[in-house]
Amino acid sequence: MKGTFQRKYLGIPYALYLLVFVILPLIVIVYYAFTDASGRPGIGNFINFFTDPNTMGTLVYSLVLAFVTTCVCLLIAYPAAYFLAASRIRSKSAILMLMVMPMWINFTLRITALKEILTVVEGNLAFHPFVNSVIGMTYDFLPFMILPIYNQISRIDKSLIEAAADLGADPRQAFLRVLLPLSMPGVISGVSMVFLPAMTNYVVLDMLYNSTYIMGSLIGSYFSAYDWHGGSMISLILLVIICLFTLLAGNDENEGTARGGSVL
Amino acid sequence: MKKNNSIALAVVFAVLLLIYAPILILAFYSFTDASSIGESAHFSLQNYITLFTTEELAEMIKGTVLLALAVAILSTILGTLGAMGAFYSKPGALRAYRVMNQIPVVNADVVTGFSICILLVVVFGINKDTFFPLVAGQTVLCAPFVFLSVYPKLGQMDPSIYEAALDLGASPATAVRKVVIPQIMPGIVSGFVMAVTLSLDDYFVATYTKPAAFDTISTYVVNATRGSRTEIKTALWALSTVIFLIVLCICLGMNRKRSAKENTKVRKDRRVSA
Repeated sequence: MKGTFQRKYLGIPYALYLLVFVILPLIVIVYYAFTDASGRPGIGNFINFFTDPNTMGTLVYSLVLAFVTTCVCLLIAYPAAYFLAASRIRSKSAILMLMVMPMWINFTLRITALKEILTVVEGNLAFHPFVNSVIGMTYDFLPFMILPIYNQISRIDKSLIEAAADLGADPRQAFLRVLLPLSMPGVISGVSMVFLPAMTNYVVLDMLYNSTYIMGSLIGSYFSAYDWHGGSMISLILLVIICLFTLLAGNDENEGTARGGSVL
Repeated sequence: MKKNNSIALAVVFAVLLLIYAPILILAFYSFTDASSIGESAHFSLQNYITLFTTEELAEMIKGTVLLALAVAILSTILGTLGAMGAFYSKPGALRAYRVMNQIPVVNADVVTGFSICILLVVVFGINKDTFFPLVAGQTVLCAPFVFLSVYPKLGQMDPSIYEAALDLGASPATAVRKVVIPQIMPGIVSGFVMAVTLSLDDYFVATYTKPAAFDTISTYVVNATRGSRTEIKTALWALSTVIFLIVLCICLGMNRKRSAKENTKVRKDRRVSA
């Protein structure tokens, strides 16, 4: 009749690709995380991690760093997105594009630029590792916070704000009780795109002051030591955090296009 | 309202200044003979000469671009086929596609890179020098974004066009090639562009899977900041400036094209309502 072709068969290569290069690596990670160097199964890797003050310190440090970075990003990105979306500035799309354009410039080059400037201002960056980490991460991830918040705010129906005003809300109340709640999906999407990289993107810190203490850097050091079991254990811990985060934030697929830098 | 607008302008420009000050200051110093920012310096094009004549740098840039193109082409083919397959599948299969596709999107890049390395290099024993782990790994990073960019376009398409093609005697494969693909082309193109930029920006997958003698811009820059070769360091300022200008031109071009499109749309709407 029509032959054996069906449109759904088109997806087979991609499905196989995902199974081999996404699912299989995760299974391997789980296997390595629960075995020791001689291949014996057990939870020794995790016991070592959770009883060693150094590694636990790293976990806490990266959570705090990610939290502070996310807050700082939010404090800068929200006003920027809000004022851009709510104002009557002409050529909004051009300004938005300028704000997210850094996404398309290689981040290592941008961090190089930041490092040169900070060095002039501060001298040796290693004297204030935490502050400089926050500055570096914020500089790197800010566009990923601005874009989803802007998109969400510009989608809000302006007449809702006018309705609030008509019903007697002053501008502050209209903002706090109407606009802010309606913009939350954008905030959540932005937070989930900043928090996780801030826990794992150790290269930013490495470049700024040649030394890092976050979860991502543990994977890097296990990798350099050819300790696949330790690296897998850290990866699995990060995966659990990612899963929890995704469940909490709700799985927003817009995130994907935002991270890809699509403003079109 | 007028006052409000000037506050808005101030905030917006303060944030833009924050974003661009480092890049612009570095761009300024890239045209001088200074070896660090803030030094008194004279105009010089030495950094640009070094950038374009040092073989090591040229090789690295060429390698990065070729890799990005190869990865983007592969990702675009896989992601587009995957989006079509998923769109025309039953809900259960569709859900499986979406969940699997979402894993690399939400996952930390360092975990993606590490897990690919373990699977391909440690378990399967594939040599990194074959470039296979690197290309496969970056494709994991990029293809899901092509999928996410193409999939919505399939939903916007009028399904009866495909049916019409079949009624007119096209085989399903021909109908997909000649009718569906052209309809979703904008999604495919923006997916391709996204894949290129993601590959260019990638550090983690590259560092865990690349051949030892091969460097992308990211891995090269990271190593250069650890090194002490001043002429390479300042040549990278020039590279940063060149990339900034290229991206800026592309963005301005895209913006102009889009506002032209919006203008004609507005004009058309007016004509319709008039």
